[in-house]
Amino acid sequence: MKGYIVLETGEIFEGELLGDQKQVHGEIVFFTGMTGYQEVMTDPSFKGQMVVFTYPLIGNYGVNHLDHESKHSQAAAIIVHQLSNQGYHYDANNTLSDCCKENGTPLLTGVDTRAIVKRIREKGDMRAILTTDLKDVDFTIIPNLADQDVVAEVSIPKKIELGSGDHHIVLLDFGYKKSIVDQLLELKCKVTIMPYDSSFEEIEEMKPDGVLLSNGPGNPKKLTDLLPSIKKIAIRFPTLGICLGHQLLALAFGADTEKLRFGHRGANQPVIDCVTNKVYMTSQNHSYVVKPQSLEYTGFTPKFININDQSIEGLLHKELPIITLQFHPEAHPGPSDSAHYFTDFIEMVEKKGREKTYA
Amino acid sequence: MPKQEQLHTVLVIGSGPIVIGQAAEFDYAGTQACLALKEEGIKVILVNNNPATVMTDEACADVVYFEPLTVNSIKQIIDKEKPDGLLATLGGQTGLNLALALHDQGILDEYDVELLGTPIDSIKKGEDREAFRTLMNELNEPVPESDIVNTVEGAITFAEKVGYPIIVRPAYTLGGAGGGIASDEPELLRIIKGGLALSPINQCLIEKSIAGFKEIEYEVMRDDNDTCITICNMENIDPVGIHTGDSIVVAPSQTLTDIEYQMLRSVSIKIIRALGIVGGCNIQFALDPYSKTYYLIEVNPRVSRSSALASKATGYPIARMAAKLSIGYQLHELINPVTGHTYASFEPALDYVVVKFPRWPFDKLVHAERQLGTQMKATGEVMAIERNLEAGIQKAVRSLEIKVEGLTLPSLKKMTESELWDLVIKADDRRFFAIMELLRKGISINDVHEATQINLFFLNAFHNLVVLENQIKNNTLNSVTKNELSLYKTNGFQDHWIGMVWGVSESAIRQKRKLFGIVPRYKMVDTCAGEFTASTSYYYSSWSGEEDVELTKDKKKIIILGSGPIRIGQGIEFDYCSVHGALSLNRLGYEAIIINNNPETVSTDYATADRLYFEPLTVEDVLNIIDLEQPEGVVVGLGGQTAISLVEGLEKAGVHIYGTTIKTIDQLEDRGKFYEFMNEVNVPHIPGVTAENSQEAIQKAIDIGFPVLIRPSYVIGGQGMMIATSKEELEDILAVNHHDLAYPILIDAYYPGIELEVDVLTDGEDIYIAGLFEQVEKAGVHSGDSIAVTPTYSISDSTKELILQYTKQMANGMNLRGIFNVQFVHYKGALYVIEINPRASRTVPILSKINGEPLIEYTIDLLLGKKLKEITKKTGFAPTPPFYTVKAPVFSYQKLSGVDPILEAEMKSTGELISISSDLNEAFKKTFEALEGGSSLVGSKGSIFIEVDESYLQEFEKYKQVLLDEGFTIIEDEFDQWIHSNEAALLISLPKAGYKTGMDKRIEALKQRVGVITELTTLDVMLKGNESTSSHLLSIEEWRARTSELVQ
Repeated sequence: MKGYIVLETGEIFEGELLGDQKQVHGEIVFFTGMTGYQEVMTDPSFKGQMVVFTYPLIGNYGVNHLDHESKHSQAAAIIVHQLSNQGYHYDANNTLSDCCKENGTPLLTGVDTRAIVKRIREKGDMRAILTTDLKDVDFTIIPNLADQDVVAEVSIPKKIELGSGDHHIVLLDFGYKKSIVDQLLELKCKVTIMPYDSSFEEIEEMKPDGVLLSNGPGNPKKLTDLLPSIKKIAIRFPTLGICLGHQLLALAFGADTEKLRFGHRGANQPVIDCVTNKVYMTSQNHSYVVKPQSLEYTGFTPKFININDQSIEGLLHKELPIITLQFHPEAHPGPSDSAHYFTDFIEMVEKKGREKTYA
Repeated sequence: MPKQEQLHTVLVIGSGPIVIGQAAEFDYAGTQACLALKEEGIKVILVNNNPATVMTDEACADVVYFEPLTVNSIKQIIDKEKPDGLLATLGGQTGLNLALALHDQGILDEYDVELLGTPIDSIKKGEDREAFRTLMNELNEPVPESDIVNTVEGAITFAEKVGYPIIVRPAYTLGGAGGGIASDEPELLRIIKGGLALSPINQCLIEKSIAGFKEIEYEVMRDDNDTCITICNMENIDPVGIHTGDSIVVAPSQTLTDIEYQMLRSVSIKIIRALGIVGGCNIQFALDPYSKTYYLIEVNPRVSRSSALASKATGYPIARMAAKLSIGYQLHELINPVTGHTYASFEPALDYVVVKFPRWPFDKLVHAERQLGTQMKATGEVMAIERNLEAGIQKAVRSLEIKVEGLTLPSLKKMTESELWDLVIKADDRRFFAIMELLRKGISINDVHEATQINLFFLNAFHNLVVLENQIKNNTLNSVTKNELSLYKTNGFQDHWIGMVWGVSESAIRQKRKLFGIVPRYKMVDTCAGEFTASTSYYYSSWSGEEDVELTKDKKKIIILGSGPIRIGQGIEFDYCSVHGALSLNRLGYEAIIINNNPETVSTDYATADRLYFEPLTVEDVLNIIDLEQPEGVVVGLGGQTAISLVEGLEKAGVHIYGTTIKTIDQLEDRGKFYEFMNEVNVPHIPGVTAENSQEAIQKAIDIGFPVLIRPSYVIGGQGMMIATSKEELEDILAVNHHDLAYPILIDAYYPGIELEVDVLTDGEDIYIAGLFEQVEKAGVHSGDSIAVTPTYSISDSTKELILQYTKQMANGMNLRGIFNVQFVHYKGALYVIEINPRASRTVPILSKINGEPLIEYTIDLLLGKKLKEITKKTGFAPTPPFYTVKAPVFSYQKLSGVDPILEAEMKSTGELISISSDLNEAFKKTFEALEGGSSLVGSKGSIFIEVDESYLQEFEKYKQVLLDEGFTIIEDEFDQWIHSNEAALLISLPKAGYKTGMDKRIEALKQRVGVITELTTLDVMLKGNESTSSHLLSIEEWRARTSELVQ
């Protein structure tokens, strides 16, 4: 049946609604990667967001049981130009539309996605309502994503232990992607995934060799309660922060974050490592950035800069073994050019371990 | 790192004449590279003997040499110009091979010339199969089980070990020439023999066939900071087994998951790093459709046809950036010129789908083997951009300008199912249309998939189109709803076709859909899927969504119609004309809008015109743009026959056409009207008649007198022309071609005299003849296949006067402004007109360059209403330069089997070259030196086989003596023995006019790479060239200076 995306600005875009036909709302964002719709929709960082895919043909290779980034679809809605009804791939065990149906994710197809992208480009990521009944649209009752506690909705309720190995890494789950765990397991780590609000003591009890603060959805400032504990963790253990984890570490040490007009979401964001002068194509998905001028007195220096808009893409602490990345070195979707930063993190963990032994 | 400051002068090697496998894409790459270097204040020395290119313009290079692309001539240029650097990775395989040779012979070292960009070692690792395999083994990257062989026995041993089918790929050949897939031993024997012979190093790679795998390509760039980016990936609809140049290709890949996309991307980057490339590189993979198993097929360590396609598909100018990287820049220091504010170190994101469709020459070369395989056969290609695959395919098909009705190839309609399966399984150029025909007959996509391994995703799109065809057939103009018509349009169905199905006119459909408010919306190609604003005006149409075009109102606009895909008879010369048309309009303060669909060309560089619409060239597609842009009018005289053929439809729709009308075109192209016109202006023409049936044809031919030339109306490239020397022969031709001949046919008297050609500028009153070419081969040989010389060398002044007089009479008598071309024949003391082309011709770029006159700029001035005298200050003949320019055709025979190399009325050449000297014989010498395929006798020894018809015997005697005097042996029998001997140097085959006697021998000679001469006059100038001892090495600028001195 006919469905509509109503933007906060009042503008309406029409499409064909598949799947669950309830009204949903969320923050509307666009993703520019040409592959990876399955990874995107199952990435918990998209919680509360309606994702517009800029590539016009979506669903071509179906959905398989291997490429999920979490157990189920996370996005508030999927908006595409043209849906492929079949998934022609030997790995596929489902079509995209059936997958959305099973997950209760509304799928709007036949939409002028490029026009929506242009609006977002001009006006920024904004609230939107997906509905079948235009009379039923009321933005006054719809909260901003920035004010919602979305991390609580995606983080695990209790800890999970995975793998075995020389290094024990606690993954603090703000909405982690499976690929982050896969990377750690591949590097022969024992991984304990812990709820996002685990206390410093609970973490210390696990005797980790290092802590990884995961990616996750929403506004980092909704988690200010956790900042003191995060700071203690980072001082105590070698720490890697990815995406939201990066923003939280910055905040914990006194820096500030702000919202981009429209986020970086895609597989082609160029980032330069200011230490090595190497340039990486990175996978990204974020609305918030660390403000450069706020870094003074935090002990952090910018290690990574976005080549296009010069925004901060990662930090290095001057004294402590802390590295933070705004982009996604675990890829999926997107390029894995920067995957070696996991290795750097493990080396950091090893070095700290040696210091401990010698001490 | 900033640019290398020690570079002041750089030598750029072009790719030479257009041949299959090396076409206009290298003019695009070369033009971008030259301009990118000039921008940096570097003096660019260019050597390229292809005169039809944009890169050989003075705006692109500071010094241009039209010299043979041989090590010897380039060494001389280096010696004279003393360049600091050499850029060779933008001149195709030709440029790369020359760079390797210059390096290996120590010439680069000797003159201290730095090879810019990709280092020699990298080139070798990418090019030499063994070095490549070794590297892949080191990197632990899989290549198909393969072996390098230098002998037939080696190949057989390998095949016995790994089993059939086996792919044969000869080393260092163009377009994979000479390769093939062998399914058994006899087939392997045949292919490997040819392959070893074709390879300049007698080497073939033979490998276990992985036909049926997905064929995926990545265009990768790397700078010397080790930053690597992939510009685009592409997926061949035709799986591995058909050369990518002959495959229908989509971008980006459609059936790969992100895991697969990134897996191959990562490997691409690993390889470009290992090779140490600085610049662009093309990497081809075979991916198992049922697992993550993949193999590397090929690496091209240079820009290529695929990189031109990727540039146009994404907007990212690969060649331009590669040139910048070669002089030391790094990607993150360079701005992405499309957005104007983001950086070049990123990977383009597409929000549309791109379809590339090859254009094959089999409409002209009807006897050529049409089966596709590892050897590329297409002469050109088209690209289509749309928001869905179905509409993309439709756009691509109609851009091809082949005789189709929608997605139907009429010649297949009556075929049986098994005949269609034959075409599909054997895979010839008609495969797509045969599949469509099978789907129309109800064959399932699964069955087609089983037979072809084409991915079901693509077949499903084909099937969608067939389903829609049926829906349209069951609908009518009166009953169609807005939603239905919108659905048809979104899937690419044209008004013309829908009208045909419903039995109404195209304009009736057009009216109806406008009533419904169904019009195309133009979207921008912006490299970033809309993420950022972009400053370029590069658009494509789609039938949904909103408009991206922001109309400008400050300038008047004029549309230039381009010339579509490169094909025999319509080559890169028209792209040159379109580009210059756009530049001239821009200089005059107009907004120039180009419409074209050829991804290889300079005209479709978004930086050429003020606006570029990448669209098919049909009446509907053009009118839709006109509706939006509301231009002053349309220029049709620069885009070859493609543009001319749209005049009728555009004029009917009320569009202003500059310089000509459909009445004028009809007057010149319809034979009957043409003769009437010639009588009116009192200029003699070759007697000709129109016949409605075979009986009439025979009677009228007898009246004219034999020999006669037979041809269908509206001729391009001499298609379907034949000579009959007698009544019996004519009867025979008419009977044999019974099915293909559409009456009326045209019958002309055949006058085998000297053919002369002029390009003329006119304002309707005065004329300016920009140049006069004399053709070496007698009339009857297509002018595109003749060697031609300007100024003339055997024509009297009185004949020239007559040419001037006749041309003026014609110009004054027809309603035409701008540029036109006339072909004359001088026969038995009289001058006749053969034909008038109301447009720029293939000799226009040559004349522009050798005379230093911007003929297209003049043309634009004339079209816009200026008087000739205001523009050129002179009328009549252009000043005669004190040097000769020889234009020679170049054929792609080595890429196609089954083609008889005889020179005849049917055009067969794919490209052309020029050579220049003040000594005519030296110009001939350079011409033959430059011609590939061993047609040159210069410095060679051996034996010459002759087969000469008695009508030429007497004349031939003197040449025979010359050949004997030069030490050649003349052989007249035991051809089979001769052709396989190492002595075989040349076959001289002179059958009776109009006959094809000796065809088997000529074809066999081609296979054995032995030159073939089929015209006495060709032999004459070849021998004259042989006698030349002079040696001039002057740039075109230096030659032109000599003309200036003379004029002053």
